Amino acid sequence: MLTADLLTDAVVAGVLLGGFYAAVAIGLAIIFGQLDIVNIAHPAFIIVGAYTAFILNSKFGLDPVLIGVLAAPIFFLVGAVIYRIYYAAFERTGQESLSGLAFFFGVMFIIEVVLILVYGVDYRLVSAGYIGKSWTLGLVNLPLRLLVPFVVSAALTAAVYAYLSRTFMGRAIQAVAQDRLALQLMGANPISVKQWAFALGMATAAIAGSLLIIIGPVEPSVGRQYIGRAFAIVVLGGMGSIPGMFIAALILGVVESLVTTFWGPSWAPAVAFGFLLLTLAFRPSGLLGR
Amino acid sequence: MEENMDKFRLLIRAWLTAGVLTLFAVSASLMAPAAKAAEPIKIGFSMALTGGLAGAGKGALIAMEIWKDDINKKGGLLGRPVELVYYDDATQPSKVPAIYQKLLEVDKVDLVVSSYGTNEIAPAMPIIMRKRLVFPALFGLAVNDQFNYDRYFQIMPSGPEPKLDWTRGWFELAMEQHPKPKTLAIISADAEFALNAAAGARKNALRSGLEIVYDKTYPPGTADFTPIVRAIQATNPDLVFVASYPPGSVGMVKAANEVGLKCKMFGGGMVGLQFAMIQKNLGPMLDNIINYDFWVPEPTLNFPGVKEFLAKYQEAAKGKGVDPFGHYLPPYAYAYLQVLGEAVEATKSLDQGKIAKYMHENTFNTVVGKVKFGANGEWARSRVLQVQFRDVQPNNLEQFKHPGKRIVLYPPDWASGKIVYPYKQ
Repeated sequence: MLTADLLTDAVVAGVLLGGFYAAVAIGLAIIFGQLDIVNIAHPAFIIVGAYTAFILNSKFGLDPVLIGVLAAPIFFLVGAVIYRIYYAAFERTGQESLSGLAFFFGVMFIIEVVLILVYGVDYRLVSAGYIGKSWTLGLVNLPLRLLVPFVVSAALTAAVYAYLSRTFMGRAIQAVAQDRLALQLMGANPISVKQWAFALGMATAAIAGSLLIIIGPVEPSVGRQYIGRAFAIVVLGGMGSIPGMFIAALILGVVESLVTTFWGPSWAPAVAFGFLLLTLAFRPSGLLGR
Repeated sequence: MEENMDKFRLLIRAWLTAGVLTLFAVSASLMAPAAKAAEPIKIGFSMALTGGLAGAGKGALIAMEIWKDDINKKGGLLGRPVELVYYDDATQPSKVPAIYQKLLEVDKVDLVVSSYGTNEIAPAMPIIMRKRLVFPALFGLAVNDQFNYDRYFQIMPSGPEPKLDWTRGWFELAMEQHPKPKTLAIISADAEFALNAAAGARKNALRSGLEIVYDKTYPPGTADFTPIVRAIQATNPDLVFVASYPPGSVGMVKAANEVGLKCKMFGGGMVGLQFAMIQKNLGPMLDNIINYDFWVPEPTLNFPGVKEFLAKYQEAAKGKGVDPFGHYLPPYAYAYLQVLGEAVEATKSLDQGKIAKYMHENTFNTVVGKVKFGANGEWARSRVLQVQFRDVQPNNLEQFKHPGKRIVLYPPDWASGKIVYPYKQ
């Protein structure tokens, strides 16, 4: 059963899947990893992104990825507003730990119910020329339905990493993650910086949603399936490390794919999360943790 | 003298008051049956209106409301209007027992029917059995195997041996082909229905003398199915049987096309391929897949009333985010109330024992054809269709509304065409 082409295909499929996982997790790497905000509603916002892609794709025939990019600024603004509410209601009064978690739980349920009431509960899909097609390069088969999300996710990760490490605001975000008080002493407003970072994380949800609906059908509650996986990737990567998050996503994808191919699909999540626990046992700060 | 007159007047007043009260009481008691007659007959149920099964649950509810309107236009049941009392179980089996408790103890419903699906039906069974109620069930696979309840009636046409009958046609078709297939791969979702279907497939494979070369389950939330299809392809099976829910079904069909799966038959128990929006999205990727179904618009299944029902459903479904054509579940959701309604009218009673006896002994004419229940409450004879997708055009929803795209291959009595074999070589 263990053949070279099957092994190669399994690794490649895992890398492609991991790329998609990175798109799902990158927003949380900023919001949870850098800002320590447990935004459990992030996957629900990804579903909103998926529905945005579905609506504009079915009405105007636009490419889902293009829709994700176009919707990102709107998600950015929504994120800025949500952070302001969160800050005023919880963070300012020091109740962000438990009450903040309850707040995002509430946001998640509201999003799901609104989606159900407005768009119903049927599974939604998009059409694009590359869905269902694949490229064959030597031994390797590359389904475009997975290759496109991988490429977009890799580009998104690179862009976010460059932004955080090379721009003034990016460095300010990293600074607020490390020492909020020091940033305040230097005359910067940490709340504005955090608001910007939260909004940036939310903007990635628009793109991740468009990638999700390219891969498979979406209904309002499907985001819940990604909560555990996305948080696990952020922790495994090392809280707040964007390259660490990407590597962790690839590892999770490859482990899942290898187990699925050679052992059995039902074991894939258990083995992948077992691998996460093992890694944290040896490196409690994650792969590239600060 | 004056005192005696006062006493006399008092006595007269007392007699008059008593007389009026008696008259009022008698007339009230005479009017009571009339008031009772105007009271609606309440049919109670839980339904998945949110959560994973809500797409089907909402479609079923539309069909049930259509039946209620139809029966009320005809004067209701036993001369009383019919009212549906229902609560959303949110596709959570744990909510179902409390809903039925409330329906029976608080809402005081006269009759009950089930929610949609195996996982939502089973939790209601203990309370229904304790009250000895007739329980028409909507698409439960082999639920009564565990309970052996004599007042359970299941409308899905899976047949007297549900687990086996569900997949029997798929395997009988396969074994009729030349050269005969020899090997089989089974992949199923890690959930109740799919596991039951896969268990039946294993038994049918054993009976057919097939060698099982791949037999695995996949967990909910699986995003990528290409590694699964590649692992299956590596075992080079003649037949690939899939028991899956909609996300898995879509994932498997797309992965099979992307990887270029080659086998003689592919399909079997894929939930979701019956839904119009998924059919439209998958388009030609569906070609030659042979999968179960319960109703398709083929001439052999043109039962009296089904077209009229579907016209009403399709009008009512507009803008509600449910399946626009309603071929799969809604006719059966209408039919299980038709059966119950006919039994109530025929027995002229709400007596659960009499209704159950009538349902066991008679054949019902419904929009899904003639329905006859066996001893275990399943259809006395299986009518699980095996349907093959043919010449599907890309991005065309309308094509699935008409005959010719989903050819019925099995059972032979309902067949509308011949098999295209193999799937892909």
